[in-house]
Amino acid sequence: MNEIEVDARGLRCPLPVIRLAAAARDAPDGTRITVLTSDPAARHDVPAWCRMRDHELVEITQVSEPAYLRIVVVVRSQPSNAAGGGSGSARSSRTM
Amino acid sequence: MLPSARATLMAALDAGWADPQRLYTEARRARALLDQARELLADGLGVRPPEVSFLPGGPAALRAGLEGLRYAGRRRGARMVATAVEHSAILTTGRYHAAQADNPFLFAEVGVDRLGRVDLPALEDAISVPGTVLAAVQSANGEIGTRQPLERAHALCQRHDIPLLVDAMASLGRDPTPAHFDVLAGDARSWGGPAGLGVLVVPERTRWRRPGPASEVEHGRTDVEPVIAVALAAAEAWRQTRANRVDEAARSSALITRLREAAADLRDVDVVGDPDDRLPHVLTFSLLYVDGEALVTELDRRGFAVGSGSACTSSTLEPSHVLAAMGVLTHGNVRITLPLNAIAPTMEDDVDRFIAELPDAVAVVRAQLGASDL
Repeated sequence: MNEIEVDARGLRCPLPVIRLAAAARDAPDGTRITVLTSDPAARHDVPAWCRMRDHELVEITQVSEPAYLRIVVVVRSQPSNAAGGGSGSARSSRTM
Repeated sequence: MLPSARATLMAALDAGWADPQRLYTEARRARALLDQARELLADGLGVRPPEVSFLPGGPAALRAGLEGLRYAGRRRGARMVATAVEHSAILTTGRYHAAQADNPFLFAEVGVDRLGRVDLPALEDAISVPGTVLAAVQSANGEIGTRQPLERAHALCQRHDIPLLVDAMASLGRDPTPAHFDVLAGDARSWGGPAGLGVLVVPERTRWRRPGPASEVEHGRTDVEPVIAVALAAAEAWRQTRANRVDEAARSSALITRLREAAADLRDVDVVGDPDDRLPHVLTFSLLYVDGEALVTELDRRGFAVGSGSACTSSTLEPSHVLAAMGVLTHGNVRITLPLNAIAPTMEDDVDRFIAELPDAVAVVRAQLGASDL
């Protein structure tokens, strides 16, 4: 299985999610991406990105000293062919 | 503020109102006018005038409501329950008391679903814990618009003999006045009145007591005298907004529906909150790969004033606690609050133009971050 690490520590929202999405764009299905981030919004926004783009959230771990989050996701589909989907009230991942 | 409320405010300031606690003619006149303002508000809220107090702002009224219920229940315990999407005046006060007592158990935050609606079984679990003295549930959320099931929440509270504090700061004047509460707080800004005026409603049946020394002001519920000109302006705004409320709500709601559809047509968007059971005038959505601050600035440049709950737009760099509690995207967030018709008579045209310009504004800020093809 492919493994990628995205070190986005020190970057603020939405840059960690943009770096993650850029890594996921060219990654084959099943690729495991680990994001390191110090942005407090990433705790909410990486799971939201997974939901909107139909990727899989594996785990979120708080690392201390120095404090950052370690978030693991698995790429489940390519953005170019991710149509519709998403739950709740929103339509998402539509191609313009 | 409504133009008629502003005119009332200026006229009252010019008249130089006297201290209503005094006995001379001017003071009596001031007292009578303040009483009239109170009667007007009480009538609209479905309560008696002595049950209504004017406080300096909605958050102050809300916090006073919380503290008075907590103090009145002190022999029973000190535990408070609130939804996770309540106003910060509730959440920070609850967390403060729990921290002071070094006991996190004293403040419970009840979760919400993806639409921002309180989890009622979890609310019932929380209020059934012995030592609980109050529950706080808003009528509707001013950030996302979602209404809370107040009738059912109140029934649960009554079953467990827990008083329900309702924050109506976002809904008064826009939605029908809540009928299910034990204490209610509101803010004159929501009905087109001036800033700096809150209402606190404590029905006679409710056990409520203000901590601290006794006060003669506002039926003993504050020690801050209301500014009479501000209270009169708030009452005038209430009179006008109440008379127009049904038409106003229909007009706002239709515009929000159009804006909601336009937002949903954008690429990679999370349109937030309940699409139907919501305030008529509020819409929130979040966009992937968008910097919220940059989008607010870009829209401002095009003549649109919008808010945002994204972390980059807050002084603490934390995202909106409401969006976080709902589990929706917090970055690239845009919050639209439609003004009342009397304040913005050209709103239909403005909404047309906003819908026409939004896709380009989003494309511009995505391109700035090199995120156009993600």
